[in-house]
Amino acid sequence: MTDKTETPTDAEQAAQDRADNFGFTHREGRVTGEHVALTPEQLAARKKRNVYIALGLVAFMVAVFLITVVRLSQNIAAGAAG
Amino acid sequence: MDTLTQSSVNRTEGEAVSTASPRDFFDLMKPRVMTLVVFTAFSGLVAAPVDADPFLAFMSILCLAMGAGAAGALNMAYDADIDATMKRTRLRPVPRGAVSVSNAYGFGVVAAVLSVLLMALASNYLAAGLLAFSIFFYAVIYTMILKRRTPQNIVIGGAAGAFPPMIGWVAATGEISLDAIILFMIIFLWTPPHSWALALYKSGDYAAAKVPMMPVAKGAKSTRLQILLYSIVMVVFAGAPVLTGLGGIVYAATSLGGGALFMLLAWRVFNSRAGEAGSAEEGALYAVRAGDKAARDLFAFSIGYLAALFAALIVEHGFGAFWAIPGVGA
Repeated sequence: MTDKTETPTDAEQAAQDRADNFGFTHREGRVTGEHVALTPEQLAARKKRNVYIALGLVAFMVAVFLITVVRLSQNIAAGAAG
Repeated sequence: MDTLTQSSVNRTEGEAVSTASPRDFFDLMKPRVMTLVVFTAFSGLVAAPVDADPFLAFMSILCLAMGAGAAGALNMAYDADIDATMKRTRLRPVPRGAVSVSNAYGFGVVAAVLSVLLMALASNYLAAGLLAFSIFFYAVIYTMILKRRTPQNIVIGGAAGAFPPMIGWVAATGEISLDAIILFMIIFLWTPPHSWALALYKSGDYAAAKVPMMPVAKGAKSTRLQILLYSIVMVVFAGAPVLTGLGGIVYAATSLGGGALFMLLAWRVFNSRAGEAGSAEEGALYAVRAGDKAARDLFAFSIGYLAALFAALIVEHGFGAFWAIPGVGA
């Protein structure tokens, strides 16, 4: 192996970066999974929104479950009475 | 690749990555409007002649609040351009850049779908259908079609805000009765004088946004007359629950006393110069110049009046304080 193959030029490195990183070099954006370097404020805000979305989904599931239980018990009671 | 890189830069600057907080999304739902929606819906549910399961009743009210909030979010998404030009609304989440228009639409649609689904589960399909229709009416019929086209926008669009007590009633009983329609009509007739009183002392705001509210399209004098006429019809109609037996002595006293004060304030507006050119409109919702004070007072009182009417129904039907008026009622 020659030195040239072991040490790629900047252009080669950039091309390799883009191939590995969905078209972005490491200088253009660090790997975040979405190819955008988020500011700390954006990260914090996104995390907070995600927590609330998760809580909302859990609340929705709990609501559906409880409504089902209440309605089932009502129907069973009505069936037993009539 | 340059395009991709530029796109990356733009996104990094915050175009697509928001710093919106949950509070911003909550503000999209117009919490103050939601409060009145919840209150009137609760009143309709309590006044209905059926003992609803407390948990299912609570869920129905929650769905109504969520549905009203969804409609508010869709309204704010569509009206972002005019909200940005109006002093009263320019600090809403979309015009101040906290929430993007597309996110507001997405939030509104998801909240609307979930609220209708939950309503169908918690009460009945008729209530869920009415909730879906009321959201559609507010977001599409009023916001997208009427608001920018006709000075009758708030008259027709007011129906959207009149649905909550009817939906509360239907959630409990499963049917639309005369009393449910009366509750609907009270809010429907209340909306024009309430909204036009605000529009009178914020007419400059509406004119700047090119929204043809009555004072902008027909002038302040015509608006003051129409406020008076609608007030008469509304105050008289607010007595209808007494005739059907829905309202007892407490409701009748509230309706009479509140109605008299409402008429007095409407008369003052009619005789004032509220809404004449040159209104100073800086400051908060209730800040007005001297000439517009009568309109401001009517606007503020109208909220309390409506709340009092429905509170009377809650007191009568929810707390056992119902005393029928002898010789009156069904």
